[in-house]
Amino acid sequence: MIDILTHFPNLWGELPVFLDPFQLFTIPLQEWIEGIVDFIVDNFRFIFQGISVPVRFILSSIESFFIWVPPTIMLIAIGLLAWQIAGGAIAIYSLIAMTLIGYFNAWEETMTTLSLVLTAVVLCAIIGIPLGIAAARSDRFESTIRPILDAMQTLPAFVYLVPVVMLFGTGEVPGVIVTFVFAVPPLIRLTNIGIRQVSQEVVEAALAFGSTPNQVLWEAQIPLAMPTILAGVNQSIMLALSMVVIASMIAVEGLGQMVFRGIGRLDIGLASVGGISIVLMAVMLDRITQAVGKPTQNLSWKDRGPVRLFRSLTQNQKPASST
Amino acid sequence: MADSNAKIRIENLVKIYGKNPYPALKLFREGGTRDSILKETGKVLGIADVSFSVNQGELFVVMGLSGSGKSTLVRCINRLIAPTSGNIYVDGEDVAHVSKERMRDIRRTKMAMVFQKFGLFPHKSVLENVAYGLKVQGMGQAERDKKAQDTLEVVGLAEWSNYLPSSLSGGMQQRVGLARALATDAEILLMDEAFGALDPLIRRGMQDELMRLQAELHKTIVFISHDIQEALKIGDRVAIMKDGYIVQIGTPEELITQPADDYIQAFTQDVNRAQVLKTGTIVRQTVTVILGEDSVNAALDQMQQHELRQMYVVNRQGRPVGLVRRSDLEQAVQEGQNDISAVMERDFPQVSGSTSLEEIFHLYEKRRSLAVIDQEGKFKGVVEQSDVLASIGRLTAKSKEETAAVQDYVAATV
Ligand SMILES: Nc1ncnc2c1ncn2[C@@H]1O[C@H](COP(=O)(O)OP(=O)(O)OP(=O)(O)O)[C@@H](O)[C@H]1O
Ligand SMILES: [Mg+2]
Repeated sequence: MIDILTHFPNLWGELPVFLDPFQLFTIPLQEWIEGIVDFIVDNFRFIFQGISVPVRFILSSIESFFIWVPPTIMLIAIGLLAWQIAGGAIAIYSLIAMTLIGYFNAWEETMTTLSLVLTAVVLCAIIGIPLGIAAARSDRFESTIRPILDAMQTLPAFVYLVPVVMLFGTGEVPGVIVTFVFAVPPLIRLTNIGIRQVSQEVVEAALAFGSTPNQVLWEAQIPLAMPTILAGVNQSIMLALSMVVIASMIAVEGLGQMVFRGIGRLDIGLASVGGISIVLMAVMLDRITQAVGKPTQNLSWKDRGPVRLFRSLTQNQKPASST
Repeated sequence: MADSNAKIRIENLVKIYGKNPYPALKLFREGGTRDSILKETGKVLGIADVSFSVNQGELFVVMGLSGSGKSTLVRCINRLIAPTSGNIYVDGEDVAHVSKERMRDIRRTKMAMVFQKFGLFPHKSVLENVAYGLKVQGMGQAERDKKAQDTLEVVGLAEWSNYLPSSLSGGMQQRVGLARALATDAEILLMDEAFGALDPLIRRGMQDELMRLQAELHKTIVFISHDIQEALKIGDRVAIMKDGYIVQIGTPEELITQPADDYIQAFTQDVNRAQVLKTGTIVRQTVTVILGEDSVNAALDQMQQHELRQMYVVNRQGRPVGLVRRSDLEQAVQEGQNDISAVMERDFPQVSGSTSLEEIFHLYEKRRSLAVIDQEGKFKGVVEQSDVLASIGRLTAKSKEETAAVQDYVAATV
């Protein structure tokens, strides 16, 4: 027995090539990719530098505004917005969540993360929705873009962290880019599905009355696909939030950085504060954006929340001032 | 073929679905059938060389079973589906070969469509739906809203303008669909099984409504239907399709009295013939007495010669004015009375040639024949009760049993 076992490795080593064809050669995938990335970095870095300019502009405007606004004003604004869009209960939740975050001493980090998420989502909307529309209009484009979207969603974020750093450097702009790559696929998919789902007869009706393709899009397809597109925006926001910790590995500030640093120093307290704040904010953003898609009551926005209150107040005042 | 009255003229229209239909088209030209083309090329032959024309002001029904190519045909006319080969002339312009821009223009101004499942925009109000065609034409908001409101008035939905389509019943929604098509003042209406999704009772109401509107508006209508009763009821002419080609085109009566083959015969078997057949088609020409020209003696001579027991009296314009019976004339001759107007019955039944047989049963009484008149009121001939029975019996009855059933039916109706 022992004899056979000790002889086994030798047996392996002497296996003929046809039983182990892999010993023949190795595909130098590593070298190729290195080569490609190096080539791009050497020759086209300016393109990526160019891309980062508008991204940095959007990001820094949003961020500096959020940090500049005093927390109390911000709280009021968030409360009113949540009330208007999603109703009273979610407004109260939002206020409690944001107040807690403030007392956790994580307000500034939260504002940084919020602006990063918003920037990434704005980018997703600007780029993802048109791509989704294009995919809905052309079967060929859809079948081209589908495997790319699959790859973007399944490729572990760590894999493209390195090339992104090589191309964009470290900091918040590459953080936005990484987040964008991860968060945009569902928006493209859902926009595509939403537009394709619009009843064929309604599209035919629009065409039969002589609409141009653009009129069909704006008069019928986009309004009818809007709930699905907004569900896509909601998905994007959620995915963007889930990238926050990974993005902190390339020196992105904010709540993710708290978690990342906490893990690094085995500081369970710091990591938990960051983590809990992310969850509180995620739930808030989720509920608010979901409500945009399907308003709970069938009332128009004028008859809901603070706008309604304001309107009824001013209307009551008018007769009072006239007497 | 070149009919100056034709609003739409379709020549050798072929539609083969799928990319690169030309090998399949070649196969079809060489005599391939729908099945053989499908087997060899995998392509569906939607329309197999169809030619016909629709006249100005005509309500033309295309009827056929599911999958016979009706929707394909009607969508070729406004090119929602691009024809593979052939020509479609609308007012002399070949819409199968105009530019996209010109086609959009034609769709905006010349033809409007009504859909089976209504095809309304669910996010737009009833008024906005009706105004849609006008909006696409570029009409201003105020003007198009007014026009849409007026059109809603025509279909009886004026109070519903601010509701969403989902809050209306099916029949009302299709009225909105109809109003949307009428609002653009297009001369051609394409209606793809427009009443197919409605309950039978509502459907009948809509058919009547369409016929009422058509009597006023004189549109050129291509109406798709898979219901033979509907087709024969509303159609001026009916085309029956099968497997992509047209089996027969004719007036409802022609389809019933002269079916081209067993297929058509089978279709029209269950139809209530008395409803479809018009009095004019079974009218029997006969001699008349002309008031003021013929004497009682001359009239009696004629009757004896033709072995008639009664005869109609017409005036010099050819309009029927009375009925004389042989017994009365004989009595008048004995009494020396020579004025026909003194012996004729002035109260007699008369119907126009376009009345259906079903509607004339109740007019038979006192063994009098019916006077049939044409559109100008001129006397065309008579129809006797036995003629009606015979025509229905001849068409329906393949056996004695059936004849008996028809006579029972007639008796019950009378
Ligand atoms: N886009 C398409 N691609 C391939 N084949 C099609 C397409 N549309 C219709 N067909 C086929 O063409 C034939 C005719 O279809 P069409 O819709 O014109 O029939 P129809 O007479 O309107 O039937 P129905 O009463 O069911 O509406 C059918 O066999 C159908 O399967
Ligand atoms: Mg159809």
